[in-house]
Amino acid sequence: MSWLSFLPSVAASAVIDVRLLDAPFNPGLFIGPFTHAHPGLGGVCTFVGEVRGGDGIEALELSHYAPLTLPGMQALAADAVTRFDLLGMLVLHRTGVMLPGEPIVCVSAAAHHRRAAFDAIDFAMDHLKSDSWFWKRERRGGAWHWIEPRAQDHTDISRWG
Amino acid sequence: MARMVFLGRLADVAGKGEAEFGFSSPLDWPDVIAWLEDAFSATLADSVRDPRTRLAINGEVLADRESLVLNIGDELAFLPPVSGG
Repeated sequence: MSWLSFLPSVAASAVIDVRLLDAPFNPGLFIGPFTHAHPGLGGVCTFVGEVRGGDGIEALELSHYAPLTLPGMQALAADAVTRFDLLGMLVLHRTGVMLPGEPIVCVSAAAHHRRAAFDAIDFAMDHLKSDSWFWKRERRGGAWHWIEPRAQDHTDISRWG
Repeated sequence: MARMVFLGRLADVAGKGEAEFGFSSPLDWPDVIAWLEDAFSATLADSVRDPRTRLAINGEVLADRESLVLNIGDELAFLPPVSGG
């Protein structure tokens, strides 16, 4: 056995943290420890999506299907780590009823170089939006309305081949 | 008995998120559609027939839903298109 075989590969040492959260969360409480887990990294990029206000939106509800949703998110994170050679990836996604201004999603990528971190976040968000097992409805004027897929989501995801 | 799970807007059309269905021998796609019509409504059966509706058995999405075989103890999920942004 050569000494080279004792060196861990980048992918094997990458930290992947994927969670579904059913209550309001503070992204900073997750991003801080995630960043500190990668001393010597080149860069961390983080995106936080919040429930948009306006248009009479009173609340948003995200439902999911446990046997598919979390495994799908874990596969997506692993795919991004391999594709962009990441040191780590954090994916947090809310379920349940949310109010305008509450975080829905938080994605953070740690990489040796900034471009990989930017691209990994873009990739993960496009796939979370249009290729993950979530169903969304909005409450407006006291009534719930299901949100249909948008053509833009398919355009976004097709960028990744 | 099998467990049926309706996701997204299909839960509204069905009037509930889950249902149990008793049977004695494995069911196929026409059996399931017929059960949806009888136990719920033609509207629900039509929504499931929509080619954009996917099916999953025990957490595995079916590539060809019309070849499904539903056995006793299975969980069958009806998955309408996901919402996007």
